[in-house]
Amino acid sequence: MDNAYLIETIIKVVVILLVFSALAGIGTYFERKVLAFMQRRLGPMNVGPFGLLQVGADGIKLFTKEDIIPSGVVAPIFKIAPVITAATAFMAAAAIPFLPAFTLFGYEVHPIVADINIGILYVLGVMAVGLFGPLLGGMASANKFALLSAARAAAVFISYEVVTGLAALAPIMMVGSLSLIDFNNYQIENGWIVWSQPLAFILFWIAAFAETGRTPFHLIANDHEIIDGFGTEYSGMRWGLFFIGEYANMFFISFVIPIIFLGGFGDGTVLGAFALLGKMAFFFFFFLWTRAAWPDVRPDQLMWLCWKVLMPLAVINVVITGFVMMF
Amino acid sequence: MFEAVAFYLFAFLTITMFYITVTTAQALYALSALAAGMIFISAFFFILGADFLGAVQIIVYTGAVMALYAFGMMFFDTTREVKENHGNKYIVVGLSVVAAVMVVAIFSAPIISTNMQAFYPMVEGAGNTEQVGMVLFTKYLVPFEVAAIMLLVAMVAGIVLAGKKMDLSLTLMNAEEIQAAEDEKNKKVLS
Repeated sequence: MDNAYLIETIIKVVVILLVFSALAGIGTYFERKVLAFMQRRLGPMNVGPFGLLQVGADGIKLFTKEDIIPSGVVAPIFKIAPVITAATAFMAAAAIPFLPAFTLFGYEVHPIVADINIGILYVLGVMAVGLFGPLLGGMASANKFALLSAARAAAVFISYEVVTGLAALAPIMMVGSLSLIDFNNYQIENGWIVWSQPLAFILFWIAAFAETGRTPFHLIANDHEIIDGFGTEYSGMRWGLFFIGEYANMFFISFVIPIIFLGGFGDGTVLGAFALLGKMAFFFFFFLWTRAAWPDVRPDQLMWLCWKVLMPLAVINVVITGFVMMF
Repeated sequence: MFEAVAFYLFAFLTITMFYITVTTAQALYALSALAAGMIFISAFFFILGADFLGAVQIIVYTGAVMALYAFGMMFFDTTREVKENHGNKYIVVGLSVVAAVMVVAIFSAPIISTNMQAFYPMVEGAGNTEQVGMVLFTKYLVPFEVAAIMLLVAMVAGIVLAGKKMDLSLTLMNAEEIQAAEDEKNKKVLS
């Protein structure tokens, strides 16, 4: 392993960590603004022009607040739970190609940390580990509402994971590889996968909402209980880490959906790179849009939806794809 | 060098995690350490170049341990210590040492002999996932299918055991229907 590769990888890891931590903060600003405009409010306005410095103010607040560990909690698990959510979100980013390869000062840069040939499995698997954060945080909190929230986290987890895997299986069969770069290259020649796999696209998209715990399936931190579910006992930056993990996950899944189904960055020109960023922005915006437009479902409705509607559809889709590819 | 560092780091972490799993009296510690240990094991697959199995290890065991957490939540107050019956500690220690020595002996025995060869050598040019697929769907097809049937049996049995009143859903019934079902139940108790 030569030094250039090592230095390049370390730089890439640091850049991804910094960019997406910052984006997670800016994401909260966008969420508040978009929600505000859809609900005919103004959103953050007071701090800086258009409330842009609100992100910094929130950051300072989270970093300087006292980090309270209540006396009844299981302290080691309670402390480590937010780290799991944030760390696994960023670990999943290792196999995502964020931009096409480009040349910088005569050195070819691949904006992906590790092009392992099981990319999609790795991304989905490690993202799924992130749900241990809410689960452990809720169970360690010694709080009834937090425990209920942890139970819902387990329910969400066992519902959506099968759907995600089966929905992604049909495109994987067509491409014949698990690497996200191969997905992109396949779509340069054969057109976007969404035209041949519209059902898988919709199923994967719905499951992505459950995976990131966004609004139609925002039942882990149940807003109806007025308190914040697993986050009830948390304060300061530990609570902030849950948030960073959630928003980083939203950004990463917004990259993964276009790369699998919507052509990714295409043939790797500057236009293709901007197209990928544009698609990512649309999917991120869609997360916020649904939050403004839709109510939450109940846990039993989510399980009913995932196991009785989405999973059979996904299985049928896989079988049909198999037959079409065979004959 | 990196492989050696990664191996010793993850070996230490895995053994520590499973040690905590076995020795702790608190359900939450045991479950969390079990999950962490299972995920750290995947690192060995990645070090050996078996990327596919590593990812599968992560996916399968997060799901499995998540189900264990659900049971733990139902059976224990996970923030309190569970009272355990401790038998003779020396027997436990002695048996563990004997078992560990035997495992090491079994797995290190082939190293001494020289006529070691792979039953199913690597196919040139095939990726990791394809390698697993080729072996699984040719040499190990029958065990694979038997495992599938076993899982199907388990699933059917689970549905039969759990699904006695699956057509009833309290959340989808209105008040009169719930009352009627209650009356039905009470009638059985009273008569």
